[in-house]
Amino acid sequence: MSKTTLEKAPAASAAKYDHDFLAGLYHRMVLIREFEERVKFLFLEGTMPGTIHQCQGQEATATGVCATLAKDDFIVSTFRGHGHALAKGLTVQEMLDELFGAKTGCCQGKGGSMHMGNMDRGMIPAIAIVAGGIPLAAGMALAFKMKKTRQVAVCFFGDGAVAEGAFHEGVNMAALWDLPVIFVCENNYYGASTRIDKVMKNTQISDRAASYGFRGETLDGNDVLAVYEATRRATQECRSGKGPVLLELLTYRRTGHSRRDPCHYQAKDEKEEWFRRDPIERFAKVLVEQYDFDSAELAAIKTKIDAEITTAIERAQKAPHPTLADLLTDVMA
Amino acid sequence: MMKRQGIAEALRDGITEEMERDQNVFCIGEDIAVPGGWGGAFTVTLGLEKKFPDRMIDTPIAELGFFGVATGAALMGMRPIADVQYGDFLFLAADQIINNAAKMRYMSGGKCKVPLVMRAPIGATGRGSQHAQSMERYFTGVPGLKVVAVSTAYDAKGMLKAAVRDDNPVLIFEHKLLYGSKGARAEPGAVDATSEIPDEDYTVPLNQAVVRRKGKDVTILGWLLMAHFSSSAAEQLAAEGIEAEVIDVRSLSPIDYKTIGESVRKTGRVVIVEEGPKTGGVSAEIAAGIMEYCGESLQAPVIRVASPDVPVPFTPILENAYRPDAARIMAAVRQLLT
Repeated sequence: MSKTTLEKAPAASAAKYDHDFLAGLYHRMVLIREFEERVKFLFLEGTMPGTIHQCQGQEATATGVCATLAKDDFIVSTFRGHGHALAKGLTVQEMLDELFGAKTGCCQGKGGSMHMGNMDRGMIPAIAIVAGGIPLAAGMALAFKMKKTRQVAVCFFGDGAVAEGAFHEGVNMAALWDLPVIFVCENNYYGASTRIDKVMKNTQISDRAASYGFRGETLDGNDVLAVYEATRRATQECRSGKGPVLLELLTYRRTGHSRRDPCHYQAKDEKEEWFRRDPIERFAKVLVEQYDFDSAELAAIKTKIDAEITTAIERAQKAPHPTLADLLTDVMA
Repeated sequence: MMKRQGIAEALRDGITEEMERDQNVFCIGEDIAVPGGWGGAFTVTLGLEKKFPDRMIDTPIAELGFFGVATGAALMGMRPIADVQYGDFLFLAADQIINNAAKMRYMSGGKCKVPLVMRAPIGATGRGSQHAQSMERYFTGVPGLKVVAVSTAYDAKGMLKAAVRDDNPVLIFEHKLLYGSKGARAEPGAVDATSEIPDEDYTVPLNQAVVRRKGKDVTILGWLLMAHFSSSAAEQLAAEGIEAEVIDVRSLSPIDYKTIGESVRKTGRVVIVEEGPKTGGVSAEIAAGIMEYCGESLQAPVIRVASPDVPVPFTPILENAYRPDAARIMAAVRQLLT
């Protein structure tokens, strides 16, 4: 089922992109992967409080989508939002500070892993209730439409969210009112530990869009250029008042649902098949074979990122924490 | 200049004036803007679609969805007024109200705000248990959410305006028997909640109770329909030589213990009247707060007059027994003073 859909999904076009742009996409994906891997080890070491829901393997969805967006376009993310946050322009420092609970974190230590956000970068605090962000994104798009700006809202959610009533209600109103919102379903085949075919009969999520009267498409979510191109088309439609688009991005989680999940529910052959389609490895191959990159340049990008993250971790571990007085602040405006 | 208006009319004017004053204000709800329609279930938005064709939004039947839409719009700087046709339907929207609207500011570290107004009619009116609940108790004590209850036309208009201008989520409870709607939408058993409304712009603070009648023997606390029955009980008690101080609580989150405390220190005796089951009501919170704030002034334990712990029955004889009335309030006061 998944394989057939993937084979039918259109690959990226043969359009030419400039070197810096492509380097930027690669940098962003490696940043997300390295950030998540380093955070995983901080967790396993026991030095980081709280919980984490990571996105290794899903770098191309966040990167490809957010590369089309302006600073004042807004994204609504989920509990699995570290990749979205980095792709939208939150800094490694403000996110690590937040994960360590420091006052210098993007949410002053009051949000944590599942509520990453920065209004100046166009990201509201992520919504940890599955599908809870879908009506919010529609409402943000309604504001853009009423204020007659050209802003676009993008709502990320997983395959599991599609079963929630909030999905139905949110996309119906977005379609009804032609709202400038792109619904991005990161279909990684699992809602927590439950496989998609156990929770819906029609597993091609993009089919649902037509039933609400708007356009949906399914594509290879591990092909960053294909994601970029599909999202660009979608943003153009939104900005010209054509209404919402549903992009179903097929992808796969290389890591557990949350901390300490060994993923025994993922079949071995399925995992291996998807690991062979790793978004970063594939893009590296495209860059070297079809563009003028060499592996030394790509390796240098990774080395630089690792050094930056190391420095940021050291600073985050020394960052000041909120005081008890901060407990009571910012409840009301 | 003043004019006498009921709550529905006063709210209609208040909404109109706020929408004229600020282009970011809009209304969103079911059946609120249908040409030739009702202006919402209780006529509050009647005709507003003609004045504001782009800012009166009729929704599908999707309370969870459109309260989320309103919250999202508020995050981006609009100032929506979202309403449910019956307060009972707030349960459907609870995830967006409680998990999202009330928490966004705090969990962002103060970087965003949600200037959202929500309106909900409550109270038992012969429609059966799912169109009759008193919903205040489910939404008070939610950090980040202001909750008020408007019992008179003057307060309804003034608090609606204050709520629109407030940068926080505000949930306004109204009572079906207090709207003063006329004609086909008039409610049997309606109570006069009309007020003299000034022409000039005014607001009423969202966080204050108000003394409706001064007295020295007992403090009676109520809101919505029960505020009216409390006043009525106080008038009748006066004939028996009992001078009751009646306070309309108005602000349910937060409770105005300053105003209530001044009264309790004077009278030493308190009756709290609430429509809705006794167990777990807002009265329980107020009673606990009174003990903490001015408990040393109490000469007797606080008494709660509330509905029995049953769903709201349909048949009139049982519904009337369910709903507290002036007679039950007076009986509670006499019990306190003997």
